[in-house]
Amino acid sequence: MEKHFTDSRVKGVSTGTTILAAVFDGGVVIGSDSRASIGGEYVSSKTINKVIQVHDRIFCCMAGSLADAQAVTKTAKFQLSFHSIQMESPPLVISAASVLKQLCYNNKEELQAGFITAGWDKKKGPQVYVVSLGGMLISQPVTIGGSGSTYIYGYVDAKYKVNMTREECLQFATNALALAMGRDNVSGGVANLVVITEEGVEHIVIPGDKLPRFSDE
Amino acid sequence: MLGEAEPQWISEEVKTGTTIIAIEFNGGVVLGSDSRVSAGDSVVNRVMNKLSPLHDKIYCALSGSAADAQTIAEMVNYQLDVHSLEIDEDPQVRSAATLVKNISYKYKEELSAHLIVAGWDRRDGGQVFATLGGLLTRQPFAIGGSGSSYVYGFVDAEYRRGMTKEECQKFVVNTLALAMNRDGSSGGVAYIVTIDEHSTDEKVILGNDLPTFFDQ
Repeated sequence: MEKHFTDSRVKGVSTGTTILAAVFDGGVVIGSDSRASIGGEYVSSKTINKVIQVHDRIFCCMAGSLADAQAVTKTAKFQLSFHSIQMESPPLVISAASVLKQLCYNNKEELQAGFITAGWDKKKGPQVYVVSLGGMLISQPVTIGGSGSTYIYGYVDAKYKVNMTREECLQFATNALALAMGRDNVSGGVANLVVITEEGVEHIVIPGDKLPRFSDE
Repeated sequence: MLGEAEPQWISEEVKTGTTIIAIEFNGGVVLGSDSRVSAGDSVVNRVMNKLSPLHDKIYCALSGSAADAQTIAEMVNYQLDVHSLEIDEDPQVRSAATLVKNISYKYKEELSAHLIVAGWDRRDGGQVFATLGGLLTRQPFAIGGSGSSYVYGFVDAEYRRGMTKEECQKFVVNTLALAMNRDGSSGGVAYIVTIDEHSTDEKVILGNDLPTFFDQ
């Protein structure tokens, strides 16, 4: 089909990828695929983890150049833990997102990485933030990213509902990832999902053969 | 002012950067398209009907370069008329699709248009053919154009075999609305054509009557 600009034109190892996060009633689901590829031709890892914990109730997903994304998240994790000690309380989700944004914006010439930050804090409850390639920061109820996200914009727009239950949101996220992995050749592997609520954090891994199938497979 | 730039639409190629879709149901087909024609960043026509008749019960949906797509449709329209006189009956959808494929394949280096051919004939009922790049393949449904990338996930999830005519029409309208919301080169109004044994029905759905989604 027609070739479209995607963010998989990075050099070196890229997370040609699909990442998403969505807010539900009482928490947030953040998830990704697990494939890392070189130039879209060789799968360098089938089981890479793209959902990184930056604090107890705050996770982020990375897209773009893997090296850049790892370096930025390492720095952000450190800055966030320091910030949390100074404030003597768990950091706000927006603080985590802002740290990532500062790094992306100030180093925009050198870096090629985008992030989705999701988490729960006492002030605003469950939230999702997007930090784009150039360093823009916005809050959205649901967001998708990575090369595979192009194919599921329609699905997410149609199927996301505000205030879903935890189960509905998990099903929505799993379906969206499965659909994107089915169409994008640089997304694949297993689906890594994390559910974050006030009570705690739950990791869910869905292997490729257990993902939902759709009519053409 | 020295060296004032001319407007983009003078020099840019006119494209129907678009969203097109065709789907088959038991007894006919439904085709749908948006209505935006762009030249670079300008919209040069916001109400173009990209569903072009090739014969009474065979339509094609245009995408890609507007000039290329229109020319192919006109040529095939003529060739189909001649063919249908020669065989002294209504042409088959497969014949129309083959004529489109022949042109697309022979001139594939020079042309950049993709046509989806769909219609009804007495022999095989409703059929949808994709002719991208000069191949010819029959499919239960086909999507195309720049906006189609954004709705692959949606159509994969929502398509079921054995949908009724009304369900197909709804499916087409929803798909077009979603794609038009996300693709900068698709927009305007939605044109829907429903073809079955008894009639060929053309409909327009205006922008504010299109389905809306959670963030609108």
